[in-house]
Amino acid sequence: MSQINRLNTGARTDSTSRINFTYNGKQMQGVVGDTLASALLANGVNVVGRSFKYSRPRGIVGHGAEEPNAIMQIGSGAATVPNLKATQVELYEGLESASVNGWPNVNFDLMSITGWFGRMMPPGFYYKTFMYPAKLWMTYEHFIRKAAGLGSAPVQDDPDSYDKLNQHCDVLVVGAGPAGLVAAREAARAGARVIIADEQSEFGGSLLASINSIDGQVATSWVDELVAELESFSNVQTLPRSTAFGYYDHNFLGILQRRTDHLGISADSGSRQRLHRVRAKRVILATGAFERPLVFAQNDIPGVMQASSVSTYINRYGVAPGNRMILFTTNDNAYQTAIDWHRAGRAVVAVVDSRSAPSGEIVAVAQEMGIRVIAGSGVIEAQGGKRVRRALVAPLNGDGTEITGVVEKLACDLIACSGGWSPAIHLSSHTGAKPVWDETIIGFKPGQSVQKERSAGACGGTYSLAGCIAEGASAGAEAAKLAGCGDGTVHFPMPQIKEFSEQPAQALFLVPHTKATSRAPSQFVDMQLDVSASGIELAVREGFKSVEHIKRYTAMGFGTDQGKLGNINGMAILANALGQSIEQTGTTIFRPSYSPTTFGAIAGADVGALFDPERYTAVHRWHQEQGAAFEDVGQWKRPWYFPRGGESMQDAVNRECLAVRNSVGILDASTLGKIDIQGPDAAEFITRMYTNSYLKLAPGKCRYGVMLKEDGMIFDDGVCACIGDNHYLMFTTTGGAAGVLAWLELWQQTEWPDLQVYFTSVTDHWTTATITGPNARKVLAKVCDDIELANDAFQFMDWRDGTVAGVAARVFRISFTGELTYEINVPAHYGRHVWEALIAAGEEFDITPYGTESMHVLRAEKGFIIVGQDTDGSMTPADMNMDWVVGKNKTFSFIGKRSLQRSDSVRKNRKQLVGLKTVNGTQVLPEGAQVVFDPEQKIPMSMQGHVTSSYFSSNLGHSIALAVVKGGHGLLGKTVYCPLADGRTIAAEIVSSVFYDPKGERQNVE
Amino acid sequence: MLLIHCPHCREDREEEEYSYSGEAHIVRPLEPEALSDQEWGDYLFFRKNPKGIHHEMWYHAVGCRRYFYATRNTLSYEIIETYKVGEQPQVSAQGAAQ
Amino acid sequence: MKKYSGFSLFKNALSYHENWQKLWRSPKPKDYYDVIVVGGGGHGLATAYYLAKVHGITKVAVIEKGYLGGGNTARNTTIIRSNYLWDEAAQLYELSLKLWEGLSQELNYNVMFSQRGVLNLGHNLQDMRDIERRVNANRLNGIDGEVVTPERVKEIAPLINISKDCRYPILGASWQPRGGTARHDAVAWGYARGADALGVDLIQETEVIGIRRKNGSVVGVETTQGFIGSRKVACVTAGNSGVVAAMAGLRLPVESRPLQALVSEPVKPCLDTVVMSNAVHGYISQSDKGDLVIGAGVDGYNGYGQRGSFHVIEHTLQAICELFPAFSRVRMNRQWGGVVDTCPDACPIISKTSVDGLYFNCGWGTGGFKATPGSGYVFADTVANDHPHPLAAAFNVDRFNTGALIDEHGAAGVAH
Repeated sequence: MSQINRLNTGARTDSTSRINFTYNGKQMQGVVGDTLASALLANGVNVVGRSFKYSRPRGIVGHGAEEPNAIMQIGSGAATVPNLKATQVELYEGLESASVNGWPNVNFDLMSITGWFGRMMPPGFYYKTFMYPAKLWMTYEHFIRKAAGLGSAPVQDDPDSYDKLNQHCDVLVVGAGPAGLVAAREAARAGARVIIADEQSEFGGSLLASINSIDGQVATSWVDELVAELESFSNVQTLPRSTAFGYYDHNFLGILQRRTDHLGISADSGSRQRLHRVRAKRVILATGAFERPLVFAQNDIPGVMQASSVSTYINRYGVAPGNRMILFTTNDNAYQTAIDWHRAGRAVVAVVDSRSAPSGEIVAVAQEMGIRVIAGSGVIEAQGGKRVRRALVAPLNGDGTEITGVVEKLACDLIACSGGWSPAIHLSSHTGAKPVWDETIIGFKPGQSVQKERSAGACGGTYSLAGCIAEGASAGAEAAKLAGCGDGTVHFPMPQIKEFSEQPAQALFLVPHTKATSRAPSQFVDMQLDVSASGIELAVREGFKSVEHIKRYTAMGFGTDQGKLGNINGMAILANALGQSIEQTGTTIFRPSYSPTTFGAIAGADVGALFDPERYTAVHRWHQEQGAAFEDVGQWKRPWYFPRGGESMQDAVNRECLAVRNSVGILDASTLGKIDIQGPDAAEFITRMYTNSYLKLAPGKCRYGVMLKEDGMIFDDGVCACIGDNHYLMFTTTGGAAGVLAWLELWQQTEWPDLQVYFTSVTDHWTTATITGPNARKVLAKVCDDIELANDAFQFMDWRDGTVAGVAARVFRISFTGELTYEINVPAHYGRHVWEALIAAGEEFDITPYGTESMHVLRAEKGFIIVGQDTDGSMTPADMNMDWVVGKNKTFSFIGKRSLQRSDSVRKNRKQLVGLKTVNGTQVLPEGAQVVFDPEQKIPMSMQGHVTSSYFSSNLGHSIALAVVKGGHGLLGKTVYCPLADGRTIAAEIVSSVFYDPKGERQNVE
Repeated sequence: MLLIHCPHCREDREEEEYSYSGEAHIVRPLEPEALSDQEWGDYLFFRKNPKGIHHEMWYHAVGCRRYFYATRNTLSYEIIETYKVGEQPQVSAQGAAQ
Repeated sequence: MKKYSGFSLFKNALSYHENWQKLWRSPKPKDYYDVIVVGGGGHGLATAYYLAKVHGITKVAVIEKGYLGGGNTARNTTIIRSNYLWDEAAQLYELSLKLWEGLSQELNYNVMFSQRGVLNLGHNLQDMRDIERRVNANRLNGIDGEVVTPERVKEIAPLINISKDCRYPILGASWQPRGGTARHDAVAWGYARGADALGVDLIQETEVIGIRRKNGSVVGVETTQGFIGSRKVACVTAGNSGVVAAMAGLRLPVESRPLQALVSEPVKPCLDTVVMSNAVHGYISQSDKGDLVIGAGVDGYNGYGQRGSFHVIEHTLQAICELFPAFSRVRMNRQWGGVVDTCPDACPIISKTSVDGLYFNCGWGTGGFKATPGSGYVFADTVANDHPHPLAAAFNVDRFNTGALIDEHGAAGVAH
């Protein structure tokens, strides 16, 4: 196929160049400067897609973000992108494109549903059927789903990367058409830091397709000069191919810059797309306007296009998409398209003008060219299959609501339409500004600003070029001044522009047909979703009144074009059906994105390895070298177990646990949260936060404490040591560290600022090596000679300063295993050195590194709880059998104390921590198993609690479990049952939660 | 995304640096034990939830780690003022829906 | 009410769809109703429907300040499941799920309840313990569910990443096959049509601006259309519960927060189930239209603006791209926010109040849509009998004084 529609007059294309691309597998050629849409039109492609619901053939309608039909799958394999609009895809060598619907192909679609079957599918038909028999719905739905969707998501990982820039500026200008360019120039001149972004590949907006002259030169050269001037400013950042997709609170905007898409999928230079997160002092919206289509019967046949798009294809791209054109207009403005078409050497069959007596200057120009103008008439129907063949033209009454005469058939292959213009108010609408209807421009204008923004140019309803430039200049100067730059004076010299004076346009939202709307061939309002005028009227007939209901019932405006073309016509048709004004009817609210925005770009670089930081202890590499398996605990990577040879996890854990009880083990406990607390009121403060008292804790001593939320439920636990006068070190759980610090700060800062106390997180400052087991002292003694280690000199719950392996250390004699334990804290920089020294010193005792799993088993043997595993935010200390940790005589009502007296907190049958011993000791209960008293009862069963921790204990030779059971403390000896998902029921006896060394004598190693 | 002025840092910083901490100016009862369950429940859980002017607490979690107060409109999200703990708001909820 | 069916569609097609009956009337408010339901969202309309259908109370008005189903019914991500942790919540949501299973036929309106199953992913050992606990509890409560391996997860959702090398690998999941999605607007419209047919007056664009009381009892509501009398006023005004409660001098333990969601452009079927992750923090399903429907947790601050902060969207999409790396090139078509009323224990309030004849149903947080039928059912019962329905009893407002909370944060974290 050759470029049969190519002209050599395109202002922004090079007709001598050649770019090869494929469309639905066919080789085609375009030229430098083309979009995929202009190239397809140049190649005479009519049908580019099939519609969503009725699979009707559809052609290219527009030339930008408003395009509803030309939805393409671009590229293939991992780098494929679904749903790009051909009008926004820049052509590059080797581009692969394919239509997204149509089977077997777009030109011959077996799914095509027209005529009668189409009539069976009015809006909301699916709510009314597919209900019986009920079980068939999933089958119906399967076929509905298969028919739906546009392009295909890739199935491989995205090969590209994305990044973000946080930007601050004085003035952000969105849109680089005449208004935006001039605004940016004025703001920049006043010294403001300016960012100007535009969705298109180059700046200039509508001027890129203009044959107007400005100051005696071609509009495009005027643009080039202005852009060059902007680029010369050091305080201006220009962002072409950059879509401002969302306007958020406090003048924050998201701008998506497409950096490599136009170079083709082989491009591999940094990020594919960049998200600019812009916080602007002032924003100028210069986003232009969209031409409004005209709604008439079969207005969706390929070859019905927007008038301004036809002009754009001719003037900017050098493509005349057809031969014989009819222009259907309600305004003067669109006559330019007839003139452009005529100048391109193609035939203008007629201009059909709905106004009874068009009399503008440009009308006369067209007529002088010999163009036939059919006034007071409308195209009431297009006819043709995959391309328009003729238009039915009929005279209309004065307000365009009735046909008043005979229908004339005019042969043509292109119907260019213009129903006037609708300002692009999307971004202003994102801010919450409520759009207001303006009868003079026949459109919604931006409402009262709620953010620091203003609209300039066509998006504010100013359509003349001179007007846009003037408004841009004053907006730029004003924004700069409000941002603290310049005095607001406009310096820009207004250029000389010859514009036709225009006569008023006519409001025409639905062109009448000889048949009633319900019976006429479909008059499409929203092409992408196949919403027609009759569908809107049907919704009203069925009782819907709100514009939001209509939108939801018909799906109008839900497409990937977000109703940029169809919405206003739809609302007007709705207003008419309801017998009220458009103003009363109102508009739906636009939401971000203005146009679709890549997920990957919004995610940015924070995926994969950068999704969330990994935290390592200073000994991490050693653990890796030993082949440790790791567990994620919050952001930390903690050794889970250390398999040797081909050991299974259970084998490794058995070995590690036995080693601890029989000789000595070593655990990296560095991840435990550590908060350094100082100040004259530290003891008082800590005492208010914990359930027990720290007022009399002497330097060198430690105490275990439980922290409650104010609702009385356990929130964290750990040991707190008195380091010196007014100086404490608080240990928290690994996962709770950040939360506890914020919690302490909250109370000190907001409730008790009078208490002098200061907190510092020192978690990462320390490496904590825990050596535990009967030989722990012997190991420590080999590397520490300045601490008296004898049992009564350095007692349980003491801590000492000293030197371990030559490094200053704090050694805590506390225990989470029940064995003789020293937790050796050294500055993290020396962590690995000390660790290795301990390993070497322990060699003769076969010191065994163990991970979190063995730590869990060992503490469970002792009945020690893990907050967050054995508790779940609904457990009090009494529930955990830990009344002993609640200070009864504290003068201050510590945090959570009062809640312990609420009626539910003192309820008898609260869930309470107990031990469970399975009747068959080899069976290990699954953690999370539910406990019932009667396993024979019917479902729903009366559940009494659940297993919180469960392990096989190699030391005890049988399984052990911790559980919370209603009234459990009074049920020792009772047999309970755990019915499991796999059908087994495991019987267990309620026992004490302390399975091992109940008297706590193990740590008294002499 | 909100832009919040930290009265301690005296800078406008992104919302991501902060975390929200609920209604401001709630004073812990001096004698919790003297309260009925209902009065205690009120203190624990019952909060003002106005559509409009709201005095609330924010925490500059990845900044100065200070708590402070803000007067914010919960409908427009406009932050009218921020002020330190111990200070009183200049703007109050007069006329705003409770 | 004329019945909908394939046949009625055929018949109406013959007459060019010119003769369809209105879904509901637009009546003028009467002076007095037996019950006034404040709020015409899904829950309010369901309440009115069951008042009429189950309790024979048909002199009912639903007063809606905007349009029917225009609040969170219109703004959610349509996920339905009942695999909650605690008995009280699980049983309530299971009642709801059972009602969903027959709802299209009950209402003669296709709400497109699609039981394509719900996966709740676990990414660390504690997640897996919680999943095991929840699934076991669900099964003993008669709720379907199983714990599945990463390989099974991959079978159900083939594009998901189960690599062991990613930051938070998937260790397993709970799988509730009976869960799924429904067409959100249809639920409101179906209940509205059903209630209207039973005689309920649906009064739109009328705002309740006061609750009139006499001697501690409700006597009616002040509205923008004037006073309307009733001895029973049932408030179901998610997103505005605090504001409405204040009209009766009540406070609720409720904070209103923005909850955001987004959809992609429509793509061909590529995800046939609902996938949720608390730890990686996002959830996703694909609608019948082809959109990927995505959400996360609530925004951090109180807000009535029906919008939230952009960084929440960024984090959500980071999570989605982690779980489904292939979706990175798909594009966000639209984002929006709703306003959810959150309770301290992530469970709703379905309760009588200290004012006689005044009832509240609120605080559903992120769980409201899926509960619509069950919520309406038990609330209607509570209002009709002036006594809590057995499944509503635990959700009384007094629990915040006694301390008998039902902490569903684990199951409701990002849950929908």
